[in-house]
Amino acid sequence: MDISFKNVSYTYQLNTPFEHKAIEDMSFNIPSGSFVAIVGHTGSGKSTLIQHLNGLLQPTAGEVAIGSYRLTAEKKLKDLKELRSKVGIVFQYPEHQLFEETVAKDIAFGPLNFGVEQQEIEKRTAEALKAVQLPEGMLERSPFELSGGQMRRVAIAGVLAVQPEVLILDEPTAGLDPRGQKDMMEMFKRLHKQEGLTTILVTHSMEDALVYADHVMIMDHGRKYMEGSPQEVFVKKEELKRVDLDVPEIIQFIFKVREMFPTDLNYHGQTIPELAEELGRITRGDIHE
Amino acid sequence: MNNAFIIGQYVPGESIVHRLDPRTKMVVIFLFVIIVFFANSFWSYALLAVFSLACALFTRIKFSYIIKGLTPVWFLIIFTFLLHLIVTKEGDILFRIFTYPVYAGGVMQGAAISLRFFLLIMVTSLLTLTTTPIEITDAIESLLQPLKKIRFPVHELALMMSISLRFIPTLLQETEKISKAQASRGVDFKTGRVKERIQAVVPLLVPLFVSAFKRAEELAMAMEARGYQGGEGRTKLRELKIQQRDILVFGVFALLIVGLLFTRA
Repeated sequence: MDISFKNVSYTYQLNTPFEHKAIEDMSFNIPSGSFVAIVGHTGSGKSTLIQHLNGLLQPTAGEVAIGSYRLTAEKKLKDLKELRSKVGIVFQYPEHQLFEETVAKDIAFGPLNFGVEQQEIEKRTAEALKAVQLPEGMLERSPFELSGGQMRRVAIAGVLAVQPEVLILDEPTAGLDPRGQKDMMEMFKRLHKQEGLTTILVTHSMEDALVYADHVMIMDHGRKYMEGSPQEVFVKKEELKRVDLDVPEIIQFIFKVREMFPTDLNYHGQTIPELAEELGRITRGDIHE
Repeated sequence: MNNAFIIGQYVPGESIVHRLDPRTKMVVIFLFVIIVFFANSFWSYALLAVFSLACALFTRIKFSYIIKGLTPVWFLIIFTFLLHLIVTKEGDILFRIFTYPVYAGGVMQGAAISLRFFLLIMVTSLLTLTTTPIEITDAIESLLQPLKKIRFPVHELALMMSISLRFIPTLLQETEKISKAQASRGVDFKTGRVKERIQAVVPLLVPLFVSAFKRAEELAMAMEARGYQGGEGRTKLRELKIQQRDILVFGVFALLIVGLLFTRA
């Protein structure tokens, strides 16, 4: 599903003394099937933004389009259920939303609400559990006796079981150990490809945005600050510094190398091993000359 | 969330009412609540009204803010007034609304009761408007001190109160967060039949309780780790002290009571 924002603003507690503008005049397009990272500091409006995507919030000005669905300030929201079945949101610390007696029931909760048939639900539950790499024996256990990481996977399975077309991830790796973070991101990457999802990742991690996203949007104080491919965005050191964001480590390293040696080494999306090889080639070349 | 509702909300300030000892405020307001019920003549009500208006002015909080904040209560006050108008059948018939007679006694009664109601709510909301929850708990702990003699756990009670006050905003935030997460999973909190809506509360309440218990456990652990062991021998960061202005307030209040006794019918 294509997503587009046209001059969208959202103000909390409009028309009260406590008015607070969370996002202001945002316009952008997310084509179907893309993997977009939204980066920005706490309070830059990222969470407010994503809540527009399934009608949890209604813009106070402008228009949000999700597929054939339109959200505007004037129109009363309807058919929200249909929209929500197509846009799945994994909130921050999603394990806090678990409530059922068994893992199976919790995963089935979403599909049940959206009116999926019993047989289909069982099929989807099994699939979702497999997608998040949990063993099948876990289905009959209570979600509250699992470890934190497992609970998170169950909660994510609950969102996946709805089979959304758009998957929104709000800092899905927060609070996991480095290994767990990597596993989790790899899992989302695989799902993105396998299911042909449109994925929107809200993150603090420049590294994740660089590695996984094919489009990056940087937000600052409720406005869109920069947008482009990771290769374009993350080399703009000065602009990033102005909003207190760091350049990803690998690009920082390339900058350092260029500062110290006369070389035209550039970032073009290489991984760390690839970069090491490239450096090897360059240095060997130097020796030969 | 409805921010027009100010009961229970603290408005920071430097006025004399803000700086009064919280115990003074609590005692005075407690007594005020009692004496309001002794008023029975025009002048006695006038006296009480002047006193509470003066209190409100001394807080230096915008009067319009206080009045506006009582909006949800206005409905109750007007309802009380109308109820008396309809039910009371004493005195002369003043006028008729489509053949329905309105009695003078009804108007009087209605006005008196609504005024009583209004004064009660306004004065009590002045307490929370000018006193932080922490000050209120400190005052309660100090006022209940005599109960310690009969082994009433005063300190523990005060601690419980301040902890619950502290976690109200946190719980509200949590509720909003979880209800959004469940709404994204297709729960409909706003429409549907009553039975369905009651069922929709379960996915909200269970996670809320789970996190509240978890939080309580963590808090208890953190307190123990820092050597907390109850009120015994514990000194206070904020010492409550009765000052001249508190004595002055008690004096004025005593005068009010005397005045009330004289103006009673």
